[in-house]
Amino acid sequence: MKKGNPIRQFSVVTTLVFILLITAASPAWGMHIMEGFLPLSWAIFWWVLALPFFVLGIRSLSKTAREHPELKLLLALVGAFSFVLSALKIPSVTGSSSHPTGTGLGVVLFGPSVMTVMGSLVLLFQAVLLAHGGLTTLGANVFSMAVVGPWVGFGTYRFGMKIGREKLGVFLAACFGSMATYLMTSIQLALAFPAASGGIFASFTKFAGIFGLTQIPLSVSEGLLTILVWNWLRSFASEELRILKLLKANT
Amino acid sequence: MSSSKKSQKVNNLILILTAVIISVSPVIFVKGNFNGADSEAQEMITLIQPDYQAWIEPMLELPGKEVESLLFAFQAAIGAGIIGYVIGLYRGRKEAKHQEL
Repeated sequence: MKKGNPIRQFSVVTTLVFILLITAASPAWGMHIMEGFLPLSWAIFWWVLALPFFVLGIRSLSKTAREHPELKLLLALVGAFSFVLSALKIPSVTGSSSHPTGTGLGVVLFGPSVMTVMGSLVLLFQAVLLAHGGLTTLGANVFSMAVVGPWVGFGTYRFGMKIGREKLGVFLAACFGSMATYLMTSIQLALAFPAASGGIFASFTKFAGIFGLTQIPLSVSEGLLTILVWNWLRSFASEELRILKLLKANT
Repeated sequence: MSSSKKSQKVNNLILILTAVIISVSPVIFVKGNFNGADSEAQEMITLIQPDYQAWIEPMLELPGKEVESLLFAFQAAIGAGIIGYVIGLYRGRKEAKHQEL
């Protein structure tokens, strides 16, 4: 064992934590649809739509945890990753800020259903304790961040695997998952607030202009950080990754 | 083996640096107040439907931006702590196995 290694590793981790904390501490708002900003009927609609995905996710999560208790740490890791990234409100080229979703890592490791649960927990935490997002809008936010984002990411990852570029697949899964989340948010707002002239589509372009453009550089950052953790797992947790590969092959 | 380990480290460092550059450069090169995209969306809603009123308030009204940023930092700290713990554990486990052999 080389002597300098743990120190270097430690300093890398510390730097990362430090960067994360600094970015998190900058006062700004975030995104997600805020409390009360969806009419009641739409709020209920998205709750109903999100609920079955959540139930499926709970099933998939408890099945994984029961059959492979050795993967629990890794489950904690993907939850924590989403927890960190969605706390980071990062400035973007549009002059406003937003935050990544961090669901991509869990999607490539455990699949989209597990991340529906993780993403929902993050959103619930933020809605209840941080007054960020809201409980009435939780269904809509779960649907965009914890259903659409993960499934789009999953499709992207599958595509990457098909062309034999797993790493690229991981990167793009994180990017596209994050982008899809905010495009879905734009669609949700457009449906609830169609423009007087031009209707839903005109509204969509306006909201997508706010959320989508802001999210582009963030998605790239998110992809890079996802690759970073992925690299660590490949060098230190090859066993777990092998078990996961088998899991995926069986389903 | 050790040279590939080294290049992996350089790789990881580049990943971190690029993410930092992407996040920091807007602050330097773009003029803006860096408000949240959600409050801008909120303004857009009032623009499209001027008579829309939020029909419910958040359960918890945070007593100011400082408290809010504290809570966000707290959230990030918990997550980063768990990540550091798990990765550190995996790494230590691998090294222990290495020494046994």
